Amino acid sequence: MRNKKLLFIILLIAFPFKSLALIEVDITRGNLSPLPLAVSSLASNKKDKENLEKKLEIKDLGLEISLIVENNLKKSGLFNPLNKDAFLQKPDIAHLKPRFEDWALIKAQALITGKVNFIDDKLRVEFRLWDVLAGKEMLALAFTTVPKNWRRVGHIISDKVYERLTGEKGYFDTRVIYVAEEGPKTQRVKKLAIMDQDGFNTKYLTLGNELVLTPRFNPTNQMVTYLSYFKNLPRVYLLDIETGIQEVVGDFPGMTFAPRFSPDGKKIIMSFAMDGNSDIYTMNLENRIVERITNHPSIDTSPSYSPDGKYIAFNSDRSGYQQIYVMKSNGKNVKRISFGKGLYGTPVWSPRGDLIAFTKLHKGKFYIGVMRTDGKGERLLTENFYQEAPSWSPNGRVLIFYRETKTNSKGEGFSAKLWSIDLTGYNERLVETETDASDPSWSSLLSN
Amino acid sequence: MNKNIIISSGLHMLVIFVATLSLPFIVKKPIELPPIISVELIQITDQTNVPFAPKAKKIIEKIKKKQEKLVSEQAPPKKVKKEKPDAVPLPDQKNEQVKKIEEKKQNPEKIDNEVKQVSEFEKDEMFDPNSIAALIDKSKEDLAETSKKLDKVTQSQDPSMNLSGLTLNEEDALKAQIFGCWSIPLGLPYNENLLVRIKLKLKPDGSVIKTEILDHARMNKPGQNFYKVLAESALRAIQLCQPLRVPTTGYERWKDLQLNFDAREMLEG
Repeated sequence: MRNKKLLFIILLIAFPFKSLALIEVDITRGNLSPLPLAVSSLASNKKDKENLEKKLEIKDLGLEISLIVENNLKKSGLFNPLNKDAFLQKPDIAHLKPRFEDWALIKAQALITGKVNFIDDKLRVEFRLWDVLAGKEMLALAFTTVPKNWRRVGHIISDKVYERLTGEKGYFDTRVIYVAEEGPKTQRVKKLAIMDQDGFNTKYLTLGNELVLTPRFNPTNQMVTYLSYFKNLPRVYLLDIETGIQEVVGDFPGMTFAPRFSPDGKKIIMSFAMDGNSDIYTMNLENRIVERITNHPSIDTSPSYSPDGKYIAFNSDRSGYQQIYVMKSNGKNVKRISFGKGLYGTPVWSPRGDLIAFTKLHKGKFYIGVMRTDGKGERLLTENFYQEAPSWSPNGRVLIFYRETKTNSKGEGFSAKLWSIDLTGYNERLVETETDASDPSWSSLLSN
Repeated sequence: MNKNIIISSGLHMLVIFVATLSLPFIVKKPIELPPIISVELIQITDQTNVPFAPKAKKIIEKIKKKQEKLVSEQAPPKKVKKEKPDAVPLPDQKNEQVKKIEEKKQNPEKIDNEVKQVSEFEKDEMFDPNSIAALIDKSKEDLAETSKKLDKVTQSQDPSMNLSGLTLNEEDALKAQIFGCWSIPLGLPYNENLLVRIKLKLKPDGSVIKTEILDHARMNKPGQNFYKVLAESALRAIQLCQPLRVPTTGYERWKDLQLNFDAREMLEG
């Protein structure tokens, strides 16, 4: 046995294996331009088309849904939907079997095709996502719903495509709640409004008799909490969007600010002033027990939970200037995390848990930025005359906030609009709203 | 007293002597110009691909020889032209000239065609460097064909051949091509390992026969969805770039190639 081993070792030494080194090339750069993709119109037969037109008064529903998908993907800044005029293949044939050469010719790297049917008064939509260069199907799904929901179908398709091509969840089948504002600056009428994230389907939830402020979505359902002044006293309300039922959580003394849900949706966290001193409190929504979290002579406001519920970010002027602090959810281990020049406020923890968004005021300008949860890696995404209240998209990739414009010497020209910006800081877009708007809050995904 | 004066003057003399030697403004040395270095621009391939150098030298020598031959082959038409600068030859005369040339050629067919196509006026340009270069190129092709068998022998005999990678020029050409084709998915997480290694099997023309993702198991792991997206983007880049810009020679060397796509540098900025 030993001799055999010895012989083997001798053989190894005497006749070394000829090593074949594989050539390796490191590719460390690429282009960061949006991925070119083709969104073909969703095909439907003549009869279904006519029936859907009667039902919804939309001439070509397949085309409209494809335009929603196109618009969503384009706004994300990650995709470049190609012009439909350049398409060589008809939608119905492309959905059966795409001629990949034709789509590669117009430089599409991905292709979305689909079909719309109207069966038993229900809308059935199927779609496929194709990898043009590999010549294979990447995803195929079908949905059945009431015809009225057709816009949501477009958003769900966008989410599925986004997830398949980027590896993270989308944020298109979501809604944004905000404060709709009308009238001159001194006599503003403020109503609570909700819309789809692309600005469609706006609904007003309050009449505008009372001042409403800081609406916030519950991360787990379609419940909203907001602040409203009733007889000059601030009240915290809960509103179920699906049922329209509204209830008062409580009257609180003095200035109350920014109620926000905990990640499990069972508590709300807010700040209010007791004896002239603002501190942070939580309220259990089941038993309405109020618990004090901070107890400091400074002004502590704008609390926001981390997604795991273990930490709270808030702003405080305990160092002399308003800065961002992080503490454990029981109020212990308070640590300052912002150390830059200027004042920091409105910290909001990303749903991904990796970043905290904030508003910064420095030398008379407002910035929206992000930093890591330890305060390192601060990046300012956008700068303007006045902007604040960032709110995260459910995938933690985009921020929505509002921006006000300067008034002229006559007090005219004031406007407040919603804007969105992604984490790269390059993709900044105006979010269309029917009226002026402020204080946006992004919902979680409606369909999971 | 005298002793002191002597010591003092001696020291003074020493100071002056030292100053003369060491202070540059007292003794002006002639400016020494550095010797002129002639700079020759060379192809970096010759320097980076060392194992090929002896073979390349042989090839260059062969080409040079061939070039000399070709120049000598083309000489006769020039003479013919000079003898009758103004005369426009009749078709019969021209044919006679062609026949004369044919007799002198080693490779009669090619030159025959050339001569038949060119007019007397165009013959003036027979000796311009471009046409010679073109002929050399042709000779290179011929050489490549004829020496294919020889090549195989030398590659298998040369032990360093398999170990040598691509030259800097070759690698840069390939990288530059793929950089342009690779659309990095922008939604990738920043703090993850974003390296995808893909093994390729290539045809001699650079088109891809087979691709293999080396960390394939990672694609199906939970929480690694982004890796699948990244790998697919890398595969798309390869498909989009086909045929790859590979060297024209040494197929055995690069028929199996590994591309390491790493998005970290780009995303971290």
